[in-house]
Amino acid sequence: MGLDAKIPEGPLAEKWSKHKFNLKLVNPANKRKYDVIVVGTGLAGGAAAASLAELGYNVKAFCFQDSPRRAHSIAAQGGINAAKNYQNDGDSVYRLFYDTIKGGDYRAREGNVYRLAEVSVNIIDQCVAQGVPFAREYGGLLDNRSFGGSQVSRTFYARGQTGQQLLLGAYSALNRQIHLGKVKMYTRTEMLDVVTIDGHAKGIVTRNLITGAVETHSGHAVLLATGGYGNVFYLSTNAIGSNVTAAWRAHKRGAFFANPCYTQIHPTCIPVSGDHQSKLTLMSESLRNDGRVWAPKTVEVAEKLRKKELTADQVKEDDRDYFLERKYPSFGNLVPRDVASRNAKEMVDDGRGVGGSGFAVFLDFADAIHRLGKDAVAAKYGNLFDMYYQITDEDPYKQPMRIYPAVHYTMGGLWVDYNLSTNVPGLYALGECNFSDHGANRLGASALMQGLADGYFVIPYTLGDYLATIGPKPVDTKHPAFEQTKQDVIARINKLLALKGTKTVNEYHRDLGHIMWEYCGMARTEEGLTKAKGLIQALRADFWKNAKVVGENEEVNPALEKAGRVADFLELGELMVDDALARRESCGGHFRLESQTPEGEALRDDEHFAYVAAWEYKGDNQPEVMNKETLDFEFVHLTQRSYK
Amino acid sequence: MEHNNMNLTLKVWRQKNADTKGAFVTYKAEGISPDMSFLEMLDVVNESLILKGDEPIHFDHDCREGICGMCSLYINGHPHGPKNAITTCQLHMRTFHDGEIIVIEPWRAAAFPVVKDLAVDRSAFDRIQQAGGFVSVNTGVTIDANAIPIPKVIADEAFNSATCIGCGACVAACKNASAMLFVSAKVTQLGLLPQGQTERYSRVQAMVAQMDEEGFGNCTNTGACEAECPKEIKMTNISRMNNDYFSAKLFREEATHEHASGE
Repeated sequence: MGLDAKIPEGPLAEKWSKHKFNLKLVNPANKRKYDVIVVGTGLAGGAAAASLAELGYNVKAFCFQDSPRRAHSIAAQGGINAAKNYQNDGDSVYRLFYDTIKGGDYRAREGNVYRLAEVSVNIIDQCVAQGVPFAREYGGLLDNRSFGGSQVSRTFYARGQTGQQLLLGAYSALNRQIHLGKVKMYTRTEMLDVVTIDGHAKGIVTRNLITGAVETHSGHAVLLATGGYGNVFYLSTNAIGSNVTAAWRAHKRGAFFANPCYTQIHPTCIPVSGDHQSKLTLMSESLRNDGRVWAPKTVEVAEKLRKKELTADQVKEDDRDYFLERKYPSFGNLVPRDVASRNAKEMVDDGRGVGGSGFAVFLDFADAIHRLGKDAVAAKYGNLFDMYYQITDEDPYKQPMRIYPAVHYTMGGLWVDYNLSTNVPGLYALGECNFSDHGANRLGASALMQGLADGYFVIPYTLGDYLATIGPKPVDTKHPAFEQTKQDVIARINKLLALKGTKTVNEYHRDLGHIMWEYCGMARTEEGLTKAKGLIQALRADFWKNAKVVGENEEVNPALEKAGRVADFLELGELMVDDALARRESCGGHFRLESQTPEGEALRDDEHFAYVAAWEYKGDNQPEVMNKETLDFEFVHLTQRSYK
Repeated sequence: MEHNNMNLTLKVWRQKNADTKGAFVTYKAEGISPDMSFLEMLDVVNESLILKGDEPIHFDHDCREGICGMCSLYINGHPHGPKNAITTCQLHMRTFHDGEIIVIEPWRAAAFPVVKDLAVDRSAFDRIQQAGGFVSVNTGVTIDANAIPIPKVIADEAFNSATCIGCGACVAACKNASAMLFVSAKVTQLGLLPQGQTERYSRVQAMVAQMDEEGFGNCTNTGACEAECPKEIKMTNISRMNNDYFSAKLFREEATHEHASGE
């Protein structure tokens, strides 16, 4: 099947303006005749729900948490990019576009990425107007810092809590619309399926997480803003509740899943301390502005550090290898995430890892503290240092942080066209749950930008075009498709509750995570992936025989919730492996050992793999079919990415 | 490094739902690593309960890095446990000692009914924010962000108030179950910033009215909220809110009607 991304013709800088003019409008008096369902209330969902309600649509918004303010966007630390060029350091919309395309290793669409860069400036204006307290300079103007993969300072931030402040901004806009009656908010409600009628998305089936009631909701369009699927790895920086279920259910109803193997492994996370660990904690990329990454030069010194015969500050300057500064003099510690992660792994593989387990390198602030003073460092990163101290019981002002890569973000997701529409008409995907803008590697501070761009500035335009086309005829939940889908959901719940085996769902999740991390993590091979596919299939079969799910449906039952989510991860995991197997090149976060440059960098194969792989579901336990969307580069010349 | 494992006794509040009576149930938590977080310790207990066919202890949690505000728990008489300036998910077992008895309760406040076991319904907080915790501005404003310079000290002060995570520890800590610290943090954030001035006096009245309607108690200046707040929100926020509230009531009647009617 050919995939039409619907990228407008014309010069890059005019595509979005022209497209906005060509999109159909719904007149103000008719907007109130349309119902729009928004699932997820993070930056993308919260911003979309608020903005669409402001326009006059009736919005129903859903989240599984107890409040829309809890969505995991809240945990983003470092910042949000925007091409404001307030620093007069050479930034521009084109440069942000270029950095993002290059950072994504030339596996994103030019048209989408340019639009993202274009609206980035509006996002900052919007957030400031809402009262988001961004960091400021003494003159009262907004401050910026640098992030990886760029040589300008274009990142806006609110201490180490930028995601929190932006989300609370979107939450406040959403609250205003709830107060005005334009948004009906459903909390502690999990979406478990999409209802389609004649091929169009017309509603969803949900489970009330307090009463267990399975309910149907209708709308003229369904917007999924349900985040990423990093928790397929069990250990990630995602929230415990983050899951793929909404997106996966949509996939099984016909929506293509694009580039599932593109996973971002973030270089600076607190290392795993033991088997009990339930999640990993990120240390913001902004720390690499002032922190220097190093490992011991020799295995002998590393060995002494691991055995605690030596502390990090006792290691002589000559015995340290500041490997990022050494290998990438232009970008130094601020190389993109995929590059930084792979290099940390190389150090560990080389026997030069530190910490008790040997799975860590250092992020050292001694120079910054010497240069700027402890107070200045604390003002910039205080909350991150505190967080590190809490978790590790080590004072990062005195000893360097120990860091190691961890799963953080998923660039893959539901396939969408330029309008953010999936291939199922009426079904849209926004934010991390779509695949569109980051290619094979996302640059730091670009997730917040994309979530808010999609929610505030893209979907309010593109959705109207679809709604104007289908007309405002009400959608009735009495249509048999609703009852049928509801019965499917109930049958699945009963199937899960009937599992009375001997192994907890959490154990299956952990086992799946080990397989994914080992074979579909930072380095992938044909052999390993093939093995992983078999292991996942066996694990999934075992799950449906031997898992143990307690309790009943008609109550608060987190065991049941978790079982449904893990069952979906067990299917998604196999698709990620299929995708990684099919992509026999390296690009961005997808590193195939068979495809590397003599220096060990990711070696792309543009001739054969400059496409988006959009996977089509073909039924339970059937192989999925790959549809290709060719990536055309009209404006950017494809080169081997270099940060040297 | 799983060493010095601890054995603990937990006295946990179990309650099937809002309509049934709850009670403390005693559990053993064995082989607990000091590097575990408090919630990871509960995970271990829950895994063993599930394997026995019992229902796991229910508690709210999500990000597990101290920012989403979803986790709660009243531990040994303190919201978020004995340490200052952290949430329960950031509390590590090294804070406790081998053999210790740990009492775990839900937030207790009439306005926060128990959902199940240790989880409570904090939707009252959302309704207070819906009543006025926003600046009435639609998506699409075009003035440049730097057209509104804000002195750094003001921006920093507003930020300090804005760090509230809405967990409800302030209410749980307060003998009156007052929500004044929570409400005043938002009132102060927006009241300090130029963007929030237009609705400053209507906002404070709308939010306070909703707070009262939800059944939260009054502030009697004990300071337990400030002492227990995981984000160290200061009581000066309450002073600012009172100031704005009285000012609105006494002198600004005309500016107080129909907050955010939207028309």
